[in-house]
Amino acid sequence: MLAKRIIPCLDVKDGRVVKGVSFVNLIDAGDPVACAKAYYESGADELVLLDITASHENRKTIIEVVKGVAREIFIPFTVGGGINEVDDFTALLRAGADKVSVNSAAIKNPRLINDAAYKFGNQCVVCAIDAKRKDGGFEVYINGGRIPTGIDAVAWACEAAKRGAGEILLTSMDCDGQKNGYDLLLTKSIADNVGIPVIASGGAGSLTHFKDVFEKANADAALAASLFHFKELEISDLKKYLKNNNIAVRI
Amino acid sequence: MIGIIDYGAGNLQSVKNAFDKIGVQCEIITNAESFEHCSGLILPGVGSFGEAMIQLNKHELVEPIVSYCNNNKPLLGICLGLQLLFEYSEESPNVKGLSIFNGGFKRLPDFGLKIPQIGWNDLKILKKDGIFENTSTGDYAYFVHSYYLDTAEDIIAATVNYGVEITIAVERQNISACQFHPEKSGEIGLRMLQAFAKRCGEECSC
Repeated sequence: MLAKRIIPCLDVKDGRVVKGVSFVNLIDAGDPVACAKAYYESGADELVLLDITASHENRKTIIEVVKGVAREIFIPFTVGGGINEVDDFTALLRAGADKVSVNSAAIKNPRLINDAAYKFGNQCVVCAIDAKRKDGGFEVYINGGRIPTGIDAVAWACEAAKRGAGEILLTSMDCDGQKNGYDLLLTKSIADNVGIPVIASGGAGSLTHFKDVFEKANADAALAASLFHFKELEISDLKKYLKNNNIAVRI
Repeated sequence: MIGIIDYGAGNLQSVKNAFDKIGVQCEIITNAESFEHCSGLILPGVGSFGEAMIQLNKHELVEPIVSYCNNNKPLLGICLGLQLLFEYSEESPNVKGLSIFNGGFKRLPDFGLKIPQIGWNDLKILKKDGIFENTSTGDYAYFVHSYYLDTAEDIIAATVNYGVEITIAVERQNISACQFHPEKSGEIGLRMLQAFAKRCGEECSC
């Protein structure tokens, strides 16, 4: 049976790992290759590296990080952040990433999903969506959650899937950093409506939050960052807990 | 030395990284002349069945791969590399595969499960003497695929349950192939590559 996936996320800035709580307050916490290796060894099913490097000239640092990570871990990993064109996919996939996630650029130019999926296959294209509750629905935000778009998140997820995205990486801006649990309604609304896997992100704070997002919201994978990062929760303990609750996980 | 066949498709570097990790010499090779220096071959692949066959033809690799297999030299097909060893795939109708095995690939049926199957699924191992020598039923491997194998040949080495039982690995003498990615299947996957390297007579430094 297909297992539910547990995915730690590393925010990488200028080649170093940082974690923003609700997208602010960055704390330097180490070498990305060492962190990736530690997560690989602790039983993570996949990794996400999010490049939040601001300056253009430092953006090539992520390529070296990706090469280093690919040499050390033998599970799939996704790289996102600042992806604007098909050439960005080429560079990251060639460096060893398995998947690339697009966010703002896909909203501005949805063809990017089609083009990347055509060139590299759907499995390489992850559509990242930052969504916030609004008037009983969910609105897509871009530019690191700074700019509302007026676009409905469920509709956009379905469109992205139709255009060839292989997975949706769905972040609840309301829940992110709060540790009160994933946004179950948001996750379920999208997971039940797109035919592709959904990775839930934002809000994990305890064991039950993972159980809930898998059982109640039908997420295929759950992502967390600081929770794992600061050892508030060990992946092995989390997986044991999920297994004891009859959720299929890879142990 | 194990040769990883580069025909312009897929992420070859991760396969190479995995062999590097277990200390097995391997090289990415682009032409059939290199085959003779190899103790075994990896046929990788990500992308579409039809496009991969076009590339194999363009690189004049079809006949050399077929005769390599007919001579029963060790070959491991990975993901699309598994599919290419068969006769057809519904993904690219009218395209003939390498046809080393009988049968072909059909689109995963819609059982309310997502297509492609992406993620980790637990293996049921039926032939333990090949790449699964050090792997057990219940071990997980990483999959990304939309098509499943339909064959009458007695070559099934492992299956998984994805709504129905599907064949995800085959084995006939020295030819092995798997739908999942051993190079992305953690320590279990590395063990399979070790088993393949052993068959090729390569030493592991681990």
